[in-house]
Amino acid sequence: MTSTEQVQTSEAAIDPTRDPRLDLLAKKPDQMEKLIALCFIVGIACFVAMMVFYVRGSSTQVEGALMAAGFGGLGVGMVAWGKYLMPKGPFEEERHQIGSTEEDRKAFADAFIGRGTIAVKRRSFLGKLLGLATAIFGIFSLGPLLDSLGPNPGNALDSTAWKKGSKVVTEHGRAIKVDDLEVGGFMTVFPEGNVGSYDGQTLLIRAGTSDIVTMPGRESWGPQGYLAYSKVCTHAGCPISLYQQETEQLLCPCHQSLFNVLQAAEPVFGPAPRPLPQLPLAIDKNGYIIAQAGYNEPIGPGYWNF
Amino acid sequence: MPSLLKKDKPKQTGAEKATAGAKWLDDRLGLAKGGRVFFNKIFPDHWSFMLGEIALYSFVVLLVTGVFLTLYYVPSADMLTYHGSYAPLKGTQVSAAYNSTLAISFDVRFGLLVRQMHHWAADIFLGAIAVHMCRVFFTGAFRRPRELNWIVGVTLLILGISNGFLGYSLPDDLISGTGLRIMFSVVESIPVVGTHLAFWLFGGNYPGNGVIIPRMFMLHVLLVPAIMVALVGAHLALLVKQKHTQFSGPGKTEKNVVGTPMWPGFMFKTQGYFFLVVAVLAGLGGWAQINPIWQYGQYFPYKVSYAVQPDWYMGWLDGALRIMPSWEFQNFGYMIPNMFFPAVLLPGIAFNIFIVWPFIEAKVRKDYKEHHLLERPRDNPWRTSIGAGALAFFFMLFAASSTDVLANYFNISLNLVLWFFRFATYIIPFFVAGITYKICLELQALGRYGGRRKRFNVVLRTAEGEYFSEKTPARPGDLDVLSGEEEEPLELTEEVSEKIRESSELIGVSSTELNKLPPPADQGVKRVERD
Ligand code: HEM
Ligand code: FES
Repeated sequence: MTSTEQVQTSEAAIDPTRDPRLDLLAKKPDQMEKLIALCFIVGIACFVAMMVFYVRGSSTQVEGALMAAGFGGLGVGMVAWGKYLMPKGPFEEERHQIGSTEEDRKAFADAFIGRGTIAVKRRSFLGKLLGLATAIFGIFSLGPLLDSLGPNPGNALDSTAWKKGSKVVTEHGRAIKVDDLEVGGFMTVFPEGNVGSYDGQTLLIRAGTSDIVTMPGRESWGPQGYLAYSKVCTHAGCPISLYQQETEQLLCPCHQSLFNVLQAAEPVFGPAPRPLPQLPLAIDKNGYIIAQAGYNEPIGPGYWNF
Repeated sequence: MPSLLKKDKPKQTGAEKATAGAKWLDDRLGLAKGGRVFFNKIFPDHWSFMLGEIALYSFVVLLVTGVFLTLYYVPSADMLTYHGSYAPLKGTQVSAAYNSTLAISFDVRFGLLVRQMHHWAADIFLGAIAVHMCRVFFTGAFRRPRELNWIVGVTLLILGISNGFLGYSLPDDLISGTGLRIMFSVVESIPVVGTHLAFWLFGGNYPGNGVIIPRMFMLHVLLVPAIMVALVGAHLALLVKQKHTQFSGPGKTEKNVVGTPMWPGFMFKTQGYFFLVVAVLAGLGGWAQINPIWQYGQYFPYKVSYAVQPDWYMGWLDGALRIMPSWEFQNFGYMIPNMFFPAVLLPGIAFNIFIVWPFIEAKVRKDYKEHHLLERPRDNPWRTSIGAGALAFFFMLFAASSTDVLANYFNISLNLVLWFFRFATYIIPFFVAGITYKICLELQALGRYGGRRKRFNVVLRTAEGEYFSEKTPARPGDLDVLSGEEEEPLELTEEVSEKIRESSELIGVSSTELNKLPPPADQGVKRVERD
């Protein structure tokens, strides 16, 4: 039925027995052909220009425009060709049953189960041995696979590079003296020797001039108005980057969690579920800021055996 | 010996050569019979069938542009000093990956074009898949026998989203690094195995020992695309085997397919669509900047950018993270972290529902029959309203990924916006579903097949600007709006059929049934509003 020879409309008009589905959609096929040719010529011109510009160098905009116009020409031409210079149809195709016939299914089952019974079922012992062999190989291969991937977590998540007495340094490794930061100032700091480490990143904030107690039990943690909190958000681990001095809040840019600086970084807004761990600070005899101890809880987002 | 004289041999024409070549192949492969059937495969002529094609061609563009990118991209986190031609970064420390992406953008001819085309193709690929999936869903094209192809399609969507995420994590810029960090937390939040998985993926505690970039590269350019190519092949093979669905209409039945044959009409048109997709992507790649990584800078784990917004297809997950209340559950020394609910459970449930939907629906509706004729969305208000509700839900999540932007834009407090989304995301979908249900019933009332129509009053405006109201003429099976009783159909005189035609046009009824009517007396068009 779907014979697709090219037919001119005029012939269809002469011959009333002609299948009208074979008529072209285009009323004036010759003109259409010229239009399509024009489209293709646009394509040729653009692609030639692209070659020239490839050699001479040009801008991304010119490259994009030429490529878009070139393929646009080909595209419009092809669609028009397929639509207007083809038998307009509609054509029809029958559906056939997708599933096999009952006989075919039965024949298949006979072949599969029938033959299988003879060859396989009576030898189930062999099958079990084969299964065992593959299972052992499977278990064996877990070893190299997991080793190739990476280490087990162990207690890597429980502690950071901060130790008792770690000197607080800037991202350039410079130690910080008591009067380096003015009230309202803050900076990202690391334990000396671990500059740039992910879990060592800590926010040093100067929230006042006298000692600050953020919660009972942290009496000595904020000497001379200096407070330090882990910079890793307890929500999804983004680095917290903004300190709003008027409200004494820290803001995480990822999902806008807010933490109250003066109250042990208790989350006050957004999805973060836990306060930021606080680093107990001290000031050594030379006036440098150091850590009294490491963090006393895991930093960052939650995990199963937190 | 005349046979030695080549001149004597008759010269073969081009057609004869082609025939001989084809014969040579068929002698070895036996393709003629199957090939003819294949050429006769019919493609229904409906615009909505083109959505899948757009997805397919964007995928082809992804493969081609992706291969070009691999020739320059260096999958390594090793640090080096930047010496390329982008002045503001000269002399800074960058990773080899970031360095090579900068080189693609500034120092490789056509590099930025191809890179931006690749990124745009990813966005359009996933967009086309999503819309294509809606088409399949709302018309019931996934019903028996096409459940398998629905599952293949959902799998392609999941793999596409994953590969998109892997792809935009490759340049190692500040935004992609932040995304990766969030992904580490997501994996880490999975109960029992999460920490192990995260450590295995990244080769240690975040940021790992530098293996994540080469690993993602391998996944992004090899493993995932290979699986996707195989699945796309399976998708199309199933399509050929099971043949297309079609909307009902004159001459279209459960037993046939009406439209354009594969060869030559469809092949030509679809080749044209391919070129057009390339053209659009080239235009976007050339003119619409996307992911200007040189503005973000190299990723360092302690730096963060303010404009952290993922590609659009990840937006709904980002929104879900934002509106999640700050809960975390700690029991017996174990924790179910906050991230688990929005980032693992939510997509897990969503994709699983997608996958099993055809079976749920068959069971609920006790409809296990084969279907080749599509339903119009209104004809299945139950499904349509569930789908619309789900879309509303995803849209709300997506919008919630811009809480800060919205708060700024409308100058309201972020607090208010957040609480709005925390409730509205769950409430609005129900409204949308309800309204959709109503609309479906209303549309059905106007429908053409079997649906019992209510009769409406139509307000007509004459050319002189005068308004008058008129009841639409009754057709068989019509109900009176007020009494709800069946009305006597009018006799089909020329005048009556003209009126039916007119009123049907007003209310958007397609012409199928009307085609049976005698032609209208006059073609004058009136501007009309429905009441
Ligand atoms: C489903 C298919 C794919 C998707 C959704 C996808 C998506 C992406 C995205 C969003 C990017 C980031 C581009 C940017 O820098 O702005 C990217 C980068 C990249 N893709 Fe793909 N891609 C796909 C397939 C492929 C394939 C098949 C290859 C190679 C054979 C490839 C090679 C690359 C390379 C080398 C990069 C890094 C270079 C760069 O960032 O500029 N991609 N991909
Ligand atoms: S990572 Fe800080 S709010 Fe999400």
